[in-house]
Amino acid sequence: MEAGTAPSPARAVRFPRLAKVWGWIRHNALNVYAGLAIAYLLIPVAIIILFSFNDTQSRFNFVWNGFTLRHWEQPFLVPELTDAMILSLQLAAASTVVATTLGTMIALALVRHEFIARKTANVLIVLPIATPEVVIGAALLSLFLTYTFIGLGFASLFIAHVMFSISFVVVVVRSRLIGFDRSLEEAAQDLGATPFTTFRTVTLPLIFPGVMAGALLAFALSLDDFVISNFNAGTTLTFPLWIFGAARIGLPPQVNIMATLLFAVTVFAMVLAIWQQRRAERMAAVRPDQEETGLAALASGQRPVAGTER
Amino acid sequence: MLKRSAAAGRRRRTTPYVLLAPGLLWLLLFFVAPLAIMFVMSLREGTLATGFELTWNFAVYPESISEFSEHFIRSFWYAGVATAIALFIAYPLAYAIAFRAGKWKNALLFAVIAPFFTTYLIRTLAWTTILDDASPVADAFRFLGIIPEDGRILQTTGAVIMGITYNFLPFMILPIYASLERIDKGLIEAAKDLYASSRQAFLRVTLPLSTPGIVAGVLLMFIPSVGDFINATFLGGPSQFMIGNVIQNRYLNVTDYPTAAALSFILMTMILIAVIVYIRFAGTESIMEAEDGGPERPDGGEPASRRPEVPEPSPPAPSHASAMSGRPEGAA
Repeated sequence: MEAGTAPSPARAVRFPRLAKVWGWIRHNALNVYAGLAIAYLLIPVAIIILFSFNDTQSRFNFVWNGFTLRHWEQPFLVPELTDAMILSLQLAAASTVVATTLGTMIALALVRHEFIARKTANVLIVLPIATPEVVIGAALLSLFLTYTFIGLGFASLFIAHVMFSISFVVVVVRSRLIGFDRSLEEAAQDLGATPFTTFRTVTLPLIFPGVMAGALLAFALSLDDFVISNFNAGTTLTFPLWIFGAARIGLPPQVNIMATLLFAVTVFAMVLAIWQQRRAERMAAVRPDQEETGLAALASGQRPVAGTER
Repeated sequence: MLKRSAAAGRRRRTTPYVLLAPGLLWLLLFFVAPLAIMFVMSLREGTLATGFELTWNFAVYPESISEFSEHFIRSFWYAGVATAIALFIAYPLAYAIAFRAGKWKNALLFAVIAPFFTTYLIRTLAWTTILDDASPVADAFRFLGIIPEDGRILQTTGAVIMGITYNFLPFMILPIYASLERIDKGLIEAAKDLYASSRQAFLRVTLPLSTPGIVAGVLLMFIPSVGDFINATFLGGPSQFMIGNVIQNRYLNVTDYPTAAALSFILMTMILIAVIVYIRFAGTESIMEAEDGGPERPDGGEPASRRPEVPEPSPPAPSHASAMSGRPEGAA
């Protein structure tokens, strides 16, 4: 860490060795602690992946019986599970598209514009995040029980999933929009681009990583949701709902395979998103005020160190 | 500032509403309206067979509270303990990632959110594998005398609290990390330059500047924890059941909708009160800052309170400035 490059000379001279030893102990204590915390986070993930290779002897997949690839040869052995997975993926895709679009629009409005009732809008966006899932699920079921024309099934699940995803998309996209350099857009408009062209060719490519991050989160939330879906699915079975039903009679290792595949795909999508973001950051780094650090920036009244965010 | 034509100005005024309308409408229709309908539902009486008649039965509220007070208390107790444990796990980890990780930063952040890439139910079920009666962990606990010879880890309060802590831990880590990461390292340096010990610098600079993250983390973790019932279902038993178990059971199995609706409202109100008290206690400023950044300043700057400016010494400024920001000089 380059922090600590300029300690005061007096301190450095007075107790160099003691400070070094104390620093070493503290440094490593923190690292060990952090390592244990990381292990706590990752052990269940490792167990999930490991038990997809378990040579199960009964319906139950709780005890390790040795390594086998036989389940991986038949990842889609359980048709109900596969169907539930397909349904979950469809639901997640549909709700992600809608929630990301609506959420990004709200985020743009919140960060870019001044309007009345912004407090109310903010509260409306934060509330679903601050409400326990069980309450959201129960409330939505009350709605669907009262207005039965929607019917419990894919439609009600879609409505619910879009609803709980929007707020998260807003939060993620908004955090990426803050600190976004407006001068590129202004330059485009000064050069005669229409607002739509500006949005399509400048704004969207720059905020795309943020939008992607929001979409990824929405997709993951939808695929993962059990509580709200459990209230509003009727007889439709999503992946988590199938697991819940099957957990009592023993889960086939195919569940672990599905989970492992999902994990792998998500990791891949993450890496892709990070790569995209790096690219966008490189794009954003090419901007006029970059050269004007220090004196010149002070002279022109800008912040002395441009682009130090993140 | 740019000159804008009158037409563009008008468009600018209507744009936010066009952008907001569809999303907020969705939230009004499918979040606010359902809550209102649920409130009315709680005041009805009847059964699924006879239908539910609106009798403005407000008595359902005190009745539900007294009948399920045990579950309410247990929910808040479990969530509170889990949140406290999570804070003690999360802060040092977030600190290590923000200040010590160097090139490992991204890998560690990835590890923090990795559990989210596996389904919530499956990772909770993975804990039933880990803590199973025949598992090495259970053997170790018996050997160490933490549990008796015929004791179990599953179906205990400890297992449920452990599960809650685990499942919501990233919600605690990420906001704390974000607030630590945002701290201007120059301020900590300045404290040390002014003869603050590492401990003083931490207690008087780093910790106060990271409070918004702690406050946000505690809220993000506590709220879903109180309503959770997955951990109680799989890692605990009926004597660990939380209010979420009751609501879900009343709604979906017993079809006693009015009681379930009332319980949902009571839960929500209790959480709201807890949050308000907590915010009073923790200071509103940090919350407002965490919740609403406000529209971006015209100059593109951050609110002053969030990003304290480091006064710039004059001539050798450029090199000093770039060293502080960790950006090599002349990097484009």
